[in-house]
Amino acid sequence: MLDRISNGGRLTRDETVELFRSDDLFSIGKLAAEVSERRNGNNAYFIVNRHINPTNICVNRCKFCAFSRSKGEEGSFELTIDQILQRLSSGFENSQAGRGLLKQGCGFSEVHIVGGLHPDWPFDHYIEMIGAIHRTFPRLNIKAFTAVEIDYFSKISGLGLEEVLIKLRESGLQIMPGGGAEIFAEGVRNQVCPEKISGARWLEVMEIAHRVGIKTNATMLYGHVETSEDRVDHLLKLRDLQDKTGGFQAFISLAYHPKNTEIGGFYSSGIDDLKTIAISRLVLDNFDHIKAYWIMLGEKISQTALLFGADDLDGTIIEEKITHSAGAMTGEGMTRDDLIYLIRKAGKTPVERDGLYNKIWTG
Amino acid sequence: MDRITKERALEYLKSANLLDLGEAADGMRKSLHPEGIVTFVVDRNINYTNVCINQCTFCAFYRDAESPEAYVLSEDELFKKIEETLALDGTQILLQGGLHPDLGLDYYTDLLKSIKTRFEINVHGFSPPEVCYLAKKHNLTIREAIEILRQAGLDSIPGGGAEILSDRVREVLSPKKIKSGEWLRVMEEAHRLGMRTTATMMFGSIEEPEDIIEHLDVIRSLQDRTGGFTAFIPWSFQPGNTELSKESAVRPATAIDYLRVLALSRIYLDNVRNIQASWVTQGLKLAQVALRFGANDFGSTMIEENVVRAAGVSYSVSKEDIVHAIKAAGFDAAQRNTYYTIIRKY
Repeated sequence: MLDRISNGGRLTRDETVELFRSDDLFSIGKLAAEVSERRNGNNAYFIVNRHINPTNICVNRCKFCAFSRSKGEEGSFELTIDQILQRLSSGFENSQAGRGLLKQGCGFSEVHIVGGLHPDWPFDHYIEMIGAIHRTFPRLNIKAFTAVEIDYFSKISGLGLEEVLIKLRESGLQIMPGGGAEIFAEGVRNQVCPEKISGARWLEVMEIAHRVGIKTNATMLYGHVETSEDRVDHLLKLRDLQDKTGGFQAFISLAYHPKNTEIGGFYSSGIDDLKTIAISRLVLDNFDHIKAYWIMLGEKISQTALLFGADDLDGTIIEEKITHSAGAMTGEGMTRDDLIYLIRKAGKTPVERDGLYNKIWTG
Repeated sequence: MDRITKERALEYLKSANLLDLGEAADGMRKSLHPEGIVTFVVDRNINYTNVCINQCTFCAFYRDAESPEAYVLSEDELFKKIEETLALDGTQILLQGGLHPDLGLDYYTDLLKSIKTRFEINVHGFSPPEVCYLAKKHNLTIREAIEILRQAGLDSIPGGGAEILSDRVREVLSPKKIKSGEWLRVMEEAHRLGMRTTATMMFGSIEEPEDIIEHLDVIRSLQDRTGGFTAFIPWSFQPGNTELSKESAVRPATAIDYLRVLALSRIYLDNVRNIQASWVTQGLKLAQVALRFGANDFGSTMIEENVVRAAGVSYSVSKEDIVHAIKAAGFDAAQRNTYYTIIRKY
């Protein structure tokens, strides 16, 4: 089977399930590395970016989430648009991206914005938020709002998904993160996030986003109560949609973090993390990039994943709140130098990219 | 199977594909431990003092005798720690400390006797720098010093203080610490007296690949002569709060460096049965990965760990977490004693 894949064949559902059950870590890893090499050469990408969570107040309160609060609850917060702009008005002076953007007073090439589903903010507030960022920093890539938030905007505004997405795009949104996909399997979804939109709805939002010209990422949350089959079905749905639209930029497997959540349990194993990355690389033959998201996996596993099929470590991030609420043991941010060092020590060529994977600098 | 040569090992360390190296190490681990069990020990690190005249540049734990943070553990504190260890099904204490200028041989023998008369617990203690320090202070041979400690109740000797067994590197890292030859001498004498010891290696400071190979080679040669090493434990220099990191821009070894050295250790040390993964320095997730890169032992549950914590690294982990981590990595978990005899399966 591995030979066939090596020659460009497509993995079937049964074969992929078999890979998840196999303990042949090395054959899977080496083939994934070979596939990655074919697609991205020896490059490993990173970005100088910043996360901003406008609010943690959320009407959903998913069981695996330790970040959200109800309105008025202790520890809840809301950022004003001015506060958001202020957070972007600084950055890494040594960032290659920053050299261009610093003239605008911003040292990042991308801002990543996700937050809770706020009970009172109208859709216009989000349009204003994106518009203000875009007007202030016209060259900054704005990556914002998961499919779950888009669905919510449609509900609170009474507009269709397409209209919501077009309005956001016209305000300056270019990219959407891949969060909220969790795991598509209905039974599991009902256990871990019953209030959240269905898998089908998530895919619908993404399909429309791609159609109106918004690039997105895709994710899978694993390591909680799902089976190997659930993982494979999830990956295959992503592959099918990508065949249709080509709008996904990168796939990110998100290791479940058990602390402070209602489900509890354990961290996924480092071996499972690497295997999941490698198998994703093999199944998702129509995705350009497989991201080893260091904030979720830890910098050690992420670096190792660069030899198991991943080609991107994500970025500097600066301030990460969601995963850290659930017991992430990583720092909240990394410097550009740290990322370059990790990539070089993995024997890869560091490439700084912008939010759309344009190369800014090659090390 | 032919033994790997120094030249070949150096080539592997410098340029082998990590997954090829890992696969070879994994194969070797499988043939040495075909039952698929990963072991761990329940023990407690007890550091009887942090006063140390050696002042190694890579250490964040030591203090001067005059420092307000200097301490020598009282017997009451020590006994309490041992009682707590036994209550948690512990079988061993790892008793190590600084080279305190005012503590003589009597302190050590009294300490050992007081423990052994009260508790049934294995004392894994006093790494070679401590043994040599005592021998010198009291004009004893190394053999005599070990015999005295053994009579007082010392069971086995930990492999600490090896750092990198290359005097060129030691001259920079730990100029006052015993040289390579002395470290090996302590181990050889202990083995000849029938005691078992471990061997460690701290890499990722200022050594060259050649130094790592030299280190592995002297361990392998001694093991050929005595067979006294139970396990080899490679771990990486943790630069936080140390002199070395202030003086030079040493960046910590990365995960990939660790896996490479670990895998090569498994391949090179064909006569050392057990290789430990170091979750204390690498975190649980990478330690799990290490189980597929040559390691077959998860080390200790570390009820208390002071030295690595002083360098800014701290993972809080319970026995339940360790057992789960081993199982999630695809192995059966078992508690062992100092001699790697399995005493309980999970």
